[in-house]
Amino acid sequence: MLRIHCPYCGERDHEEFSYFGDATKTYPPLGAEHHDAWVEAVYPRDNPKGEHLEFWQHLLACRRWLVVRRHTVTHDILAVMPARERPAA
Amino acid sequence: MAQRYSAWSLFKNALGGHQGWERAWRDPKPKKSYDVVIIGGGGHGLATAYYLARNHGIRKVAILEKGFVGSGNVGRNTTIVRSNYMMQENTAFYEHSMSLWRDLSEDLNYNVMFSPRGYLFAACSQASLDGLVRRANTMRLNGIRADILTREEVRKEAPYLDFSSQARFPIYGGMLQPDAGTARHDAVAWGYARAADQLGVDIIQNCEVLDYIWAGERIVGVKTSRGDIGAGKVAVAVAGHTSVLAQKAGLRLPIESHVLQAFVTESIKPVVHHVVVWSATYFYVSQSDKGGLVFGGHLDRYNSYAQRGNLPNVAETTQGLTSLIPFASRLRLLRHWGGIMDMTPDGSPIITTTPVPGLYLNGGWCYGGFKATPASGWCFAHTIAHDKSHEYNAGFTMDRFARGRTIDEAGYGPYNHLQ
Repeated sequence: MLRIHCPYCGERDHEEFSYFGDATKTYPPLGAEHHDAWVEAVYPRDNPKGEHLEFWQHLLACRRWLVVRRHTVTHDILAVMPARERPAA
Repeated sequence: MAQRYSAWSLFKNALGGHQGWERAWRDPKPKKSYDVVIIGGGGHGLATAYYLARNHGIRKVAILEKGFVGSGNVGRNTTIVRSNYMMQENTAFYEHSMSLWRDLSEDLNYNVMFSPRGYLFAACSQASLDGLVRRANTMRLNGIRADILTREEVRKEAPYLDFSSQARFPIYGGMLQPDAGTARHDAVAWGYARAADQLGVDIIQNCEVLDYIWAGERIVGVKTSRGDIGAGKVAVAVAGHTSVLAQKAGLRLPIESHVLQAFVTESIKPVVHHVVVWSATYFYVSQSDKGGLVFGGHLDRYNSYAQRGNLPNVAETTQGLTSLIPFASRLRLLRHWGGIMDMTPDGSPIITTTPVPGLYLNGGWCYGGFKATPASGWCFAHTIAHDKSHEYNAGFTMDRFARGRTIDEAGYGPYNHLQ
């Protein structure tokens, strides 16, 4: 079990959370017709073997979106922050 | 000349107390260069080498394997072979694989224990059964045998499933693909390795590829833990770690790595005669020839390169087993393990040339690489030999995402971890 320290609720089992993958992506403005920018936002992934910045939503509690920095080999959780405080890509 | 396996060779060696068996493949030192270097000595890499030599006459081929042959995902899957797809690209490709599976033991002179015991999908709701009817109809239109079964017919095929009135997920009916089944996963790796070796392919184990060697824009070899090796063409077949090797070549792929767990129980007498799958939770089980129930379920659903899974998934998957097959709650788990999956955004693989001259890519197998092994090798060998796709892998390109030509069998949308 991963234990994620939700900044709003405290430390909880990862089963309370829903995973949403790569958190380094920024979407182009809605309505903008940047085909290449949308392709870049939706498909390619760095998929690092090491530290990974990823979205989790605390679905079964406060429902807040979080960004977690986690190691993809050791599964150690290195940092948890509210999604809007994620570092710029 | 290498030894041919036959009833006669078995008899002859039995007389000699089985002391006369030769090793199945050589253990050569890496040469200075090869026409084709394949990175990854798993099922797909070995099959690719075999078909390069057999179908295209390219025999100056090396397979570089970081560990030992078959130590990766070809030894970690649940051995299921099927072709119950609906999308045109998948149907053609996996049906080609099925046709190769049927003759594979004779072709390789190695018993891969292909067992078309039938793939039985049990539906736990009317909606799920409707979905199976649609699937079966599509398969039949494509010439693949599929039967829809009523609840009573499913009970006749698999009476040990939970048909009681207390069943949490009552069985409404099911679908049977009678030509699908299982094969012995290790034997597939060993069979391809031996057959490729006999055609002159060098299988080099304990040889980790560290980086590529470039001549301008072109890849002309690899740096390995056993020295530099030149290559006319470099082919990557390392599903699970495709992103890592692609990154060294400057490519970013639409792939996430995730861990998928699998399980085997202690041995019991033959009882599960099909591959059984059901719709209540994603769950699949078959019984190995040794008697263990081999089963699996979902990904752990967070990016991972660790070949070990997490306990919530152990609980979920074993609950799938005991809900579907109540007697299995008395069994002990013998082993469980994890393998790393290349998850693509549409659940379909990538077999392609790349924008980097000299580099070829085979990956993105999601949950389903094992059944694809023969066709994957067949098509990848063609792609390497001719610098263009075979008709069966023409859709499995990398640019399909940008072009909106995804092969999204499940219709989940571009979420790798949901495929």
